[in-house]
Amino acid sequence: MDWFIEADSVGHKFALMFVAILLFVGIMGAILFGIDKLKRVPIWVVVAGFLGPTLIFVVFGLVYPGLNTIKLSLYDAKSKNFVGLDNYVTAFTQDQFQTVLRNTMLWVVLVPILATAIGLIYAVLVDRTRYESLAKTLIFLPMSISLVGASIIWKFVYEYKPNQGNIQQIGLANQILVWLGLEPYQFLLNQPWNTFFLIAVMIWIQAGFAMTVLSAAIKAIPDDITEAARLDGLHGVGMFRFITVPSIRPALVVVITTIAMGTLKVFDIVRTMTGGNFNTSVVAYEFYTQSFRAQQAGLGAALAVILFVLVIPIIVYNVRQLRLSEEIR
Amino acid sequence: MNGTRRRRSYVAAAAAGASLALVLTACSSDDDGGGGGDDASSSTDCAAFEQYGDLEGKSISVYTSIVDPESVQQTDSYIPFEECTGATIEYEGSREFEAQLPVRLQAGNPPDIAYIPQPGFLASIVADYPDVVVAAPQAVIDNANEYYTEGWVNYGTVDGTLYATPLGANVKSFVWYSPAAFEENGYEIPTTWDDLLALTDTIAADFPDAKPWCAGIESGDATGWPATDWLEDVLLRTAGPEVYDQWVTHEIPFNDPQVLTALEAVGGILKNADYVNGGLGDVQSIATAPWNESANGIPDQTCFLHRAANFYQANWDEGLTVAEDGDVYAFYLPGESADDKPLLGGGEFVTAFADRPEVQAFQAYLSSPEWANAKAAATGQGWLSANSGLDPELLQSPIDKLSFDLLTDDSYTFRFDGSDQMPGAVGADAFWKQMTAWIAEDQSDAETLDNIEAAWPASS
Amino acid sequence: MTAASAPLPPASLVEPEEVDTTRKSTKMSRADARAAAVKGKLSSPWTSLIAILIAIVWTVPTFGLLITSFRPRSEIRTSGWWTLPWNFELTLENYQEALFGSSTSLATYFVNSIVITLPAVIIPIALALLAAYAFAWIDFKGRNILFVAVFALQVVPIQVTLIPLLSQYVDWGIAGSFWVIWLSHSIFALPLAIYILHNFMKDIPPSLVEAARMDGAGHVKIFFQVLMPLLTPAIASFAIFQFLWVWNDLLVALTFAGGTTDVAPLTVRLAELSGTRGSQWQLLSAGAFIALVVPLIVFLSLQRYFVRGLLAGSVKG
Repeated sequence: MDWFIEADSVGHKFALMFVAILLFVGIMGAILFGIDKLKRVPIWVVVAGFLGPTLIFVVFGLVYPGLNTIKLSLYDAKSKNFVGLDNYVTAFTQDQFQTVLRNTMLWVVLVPILATAIGLIYAVLVDRTRYESLAKTLIFLPMSISLVGASIIWKFVYEYKPNQGNIQQIGLANQILVWLGLEPYQFLLNQPWNTFFLIAVMIWIQAGFAMTVLSAAIKAIPDDITEAARLDGLHGVGMFRFITVPSIRPALVVVITTIAMGTLKVFDIVRTMTGGNFNTSVVAYEFYTQSFRAQQAGLGAALAVILFVLVIPIIVYNVRQLRLSEEIR
Repeated sequence: MNGTRRRRSYVAAAAAGASLALVLTACSSDDDGGGGGDDASSSTDCAAFEQYGDLEGKSISVYTSIVDPESVQQTDSYIPFEECTGATIEYEGSREFEAQLPVRLQAGNPPDIAYIPQPGFLASIVADYPDVVVAAPQAVIDNANEYYTEGWVNYGTVDGTLYATPLGANVKSFVWYSPAAFEENGYEIPTTWDDLLALTDTIAADFPDAKPWCAGIESGDATGWPATDWLEDVLLRTAGPEVYDQWVTHEIPFNDPQVLTALEAVGGILKNADYVNGGLGDVQSIATAPWNESANGIPDQTCFLHRAANFYQANWDEGLTVAEDGDVYAFYLPGESADDKPLLGGGEFVTAFADRPEVQAFQAYLSSPEWANAKAAATGQGWLSANSGLDPELLQSPIDKLSFDLLTDDSYTFRFDGSDQMPGAVGADAFWKQMTAWIAEDQSDAETLDNIEAAWPASS
Repeated sequence: MTAASAPLPPASLVEPEEVDTTRKSTKMSRADARAAAVKGKLSSPWTSLIAILIAIVWTVPTFGLLITSFRPRSEIRTSGWWTLPWNFELTLENYQEALFGSSTSLATYFVNSIVITLPAVIIPIALALLAAYAFAWIDFKGRNILFVAVFALQVVPIQVTLIPLLSQYVDWGIAGSFWVIWLSHSIFALPLAIYILHNFMKDIPPSLVEAARMDGAGHVKIFFQVLMPLLTPAIASFAIFQFLWVWNDLLVALTFAGGTTDVAPLTVRLAELSGTRGSQWQLLSAGAFIALVVPLIVFLSLQRYFVRGLLAGSVKG
């Protein structure tokens, strides 16, 4: 048994990795094989075979902790005494909370729309060009760089130095302002624009995701359709508007939804760049601070539940899309 | 208990040949070390370690917020203990320590020993996890009483029980300056608060293009903490240590008029556009200037004074010498009068979550002068301890020596960093954020203090 | 495809024969037609300008970091990276320190990262494929509600799961092993993976699946022979993002594995490069590029799976 738990040599680690993958593949294979061999099994057995492992995983790892969070949100900071809705009252009556909610809304609206739009336009523009691979790699870069890397990258864009004597700008954005004869600007400090400059970082990261998925979807558009449309006189914007976008509609829904969900949860950008100061905080960051730094378990849990609630519109949107596509089918 | 990660080999033991030799020669000055690592154990004077017994095959996990390169100095300092007792120390450092430790404690996965940098955090752990945290054993209590002043012992004590002993210490009441610039312009090191303000005015008049002070409180998600140190340091001076203690323990409210006076005094410097922010911009720029780089104007002579702890020495550019006759150095932030000498500082506390004999032995070792000296020898510069058994000759940096002198000098009244003793909701959240807003948004003194008072948890 | 939902229904307007005639008459092969389309597109200088502009805006900040990672600290803080041509001073010291400065060889962390990442990508994708298949192609009661529930689980922040999961792992005695990292990453990836794969799977024309059913194919056969080949681009894109997520993850590794060198991935090492008080942050820029190498290789090598016309070919067949 120890062999499975402790691995300290390179060979051992890789062996363990292959054992894990094989073990998993073996179990999955056995389930599928069983389903396939047994003819005339009731439908629920088939469903259980396909869905069972997943449901066990998510109930154990997500549903239970989620419910636990809802419970904790009704208890005090030490999770000992029941306090009813006090934490929610505290959350909503914090003087900054209006701003936090407003910021969260800005994030969750702007990031998915702009990142998807940019990713889509770019995917269409570079599609079938000679430099496609290189061009896509460039947009993908921000996605693959670690968050620590990203925060330093943007430090060298937004960094502020006064316009005086022999002091040089080290932030690119301010250097450009100075070159243009303007005064350097405190990008992270001046409200309310600082929130938009933080949002720009997230768009910069997420456009790569949108571009990759949408590019794959564009490539999956049957050639017949594009060629037919082209013969029909559709070019450029017309092609984009009437063929490309409608054809990849499902992929667009996926991308927008995924980015919106990710944006709701993201707090690292706020954390590393402003620490939630200067009225830039978002719900996810407040949740993080209250839970892990201020040691206010109850308040932190309540903020997490508020996050759950904020996602409802996205779910509703997806359910409607689901219905729509079922009808078409 | 998590029994799965015990076997970790401490690879640095092999890699740290050079520093090992350093530690060992320090331990046993009679022997020259012979020829490297193989006969090292024979050259270590193990007499002082006999009290810990034979711990062959035992291991102790240590969880801290201290990471590379400082962690190497930590682990090097454990080598004599490992050599002599046969125990293995599994060291893990993480910058996410403060968020991770409660998770591990609550999940039932505690380390054997953790170095907790805030007495307030220690108190809340003792309150929240009374069954997990282990009170100090007798040998540790004896060491604490013998080698540490009562104040330091008290910071590791919760409700009359000693839980933790100090590990390292730092001194925050310093003002960094350039000795060359001072000499060039004939400036004297001020010995009273008024002298300091007079010097500030003189510099402001002499250098219309520069500013006397520079400051920066940006520090990622901990942005604002350097400003809290400012307020604490000044409150110690304007109201005195007794009021300071009442304020820290919330006997007087956070927004007490005496605190308001102190904040006004801080604002007299930090929010005075004639005094700040040399080379970094206007008053607001304090909020976005990274703390780590905020004093770089001193060698460049765009600013002249920077209040920061002794550990700021790690931030200077390579090639600058930190010494009284070097490029940069620090003087004691003066009190109201030359005899009034409050001293603000901080440190980490060794807390145990297991009572196995080897854990207790290691805890005792860490509170002993043997360890303090081994650590000092293993550290080039940037470390000191409040352990009175520490041999000051082993401290290699002038600023470390100066800090140790101040810490052990009875004429200075030591007080621990206040925000580190307050509940997390204040000391690691509201206090930082409100001080940042006080600078960035020009929030009024009274409103700032009122907001922090409002954040103080009701139960504490 | 849902081209049927297009405001302009091209299929009804353009007869297949017409395409053929045109093709014959102009003697244009499909590749030529494509080339023409490309030409037509790029002949507009505006579109290329926009593409180049986006590429520049997206790349320049990263390029700045690349240059920064080769500059000495004192230079970094006093002048912008774009001044390099005027004060040319480069050093490998940051990389030297990031690569070899640790008491533990960086190779150990690389190995750990790879050992963590591969199963943490393969397992959730395999599970999600099966689940997505069930949601898309097996008709059972409560299917949509269950799907929406799984989908909505995306919003559960990982931070709230840490304590419940870790307590359980400690009880089972497997805390601190690779197993809990694989398991945790798989759990966290499932809702998104199922959501993405389901939506792509649903997109496959039902006629294909019906035809296979008519031929007597069971679920397993349909799954492997009909659907899997069509899903390659979707799987490849999700694999990339799951890979990135796991490769760049710090939180899961720190919480469940601890930072010990037996299991700690590269990110744990990178996070501590800047030192206890964050003063050595210039090393982070070098570290960021060291960590970037592997994801880039993965992206470039998976790109060939985003092949055009996979789906198109099958629609015609």
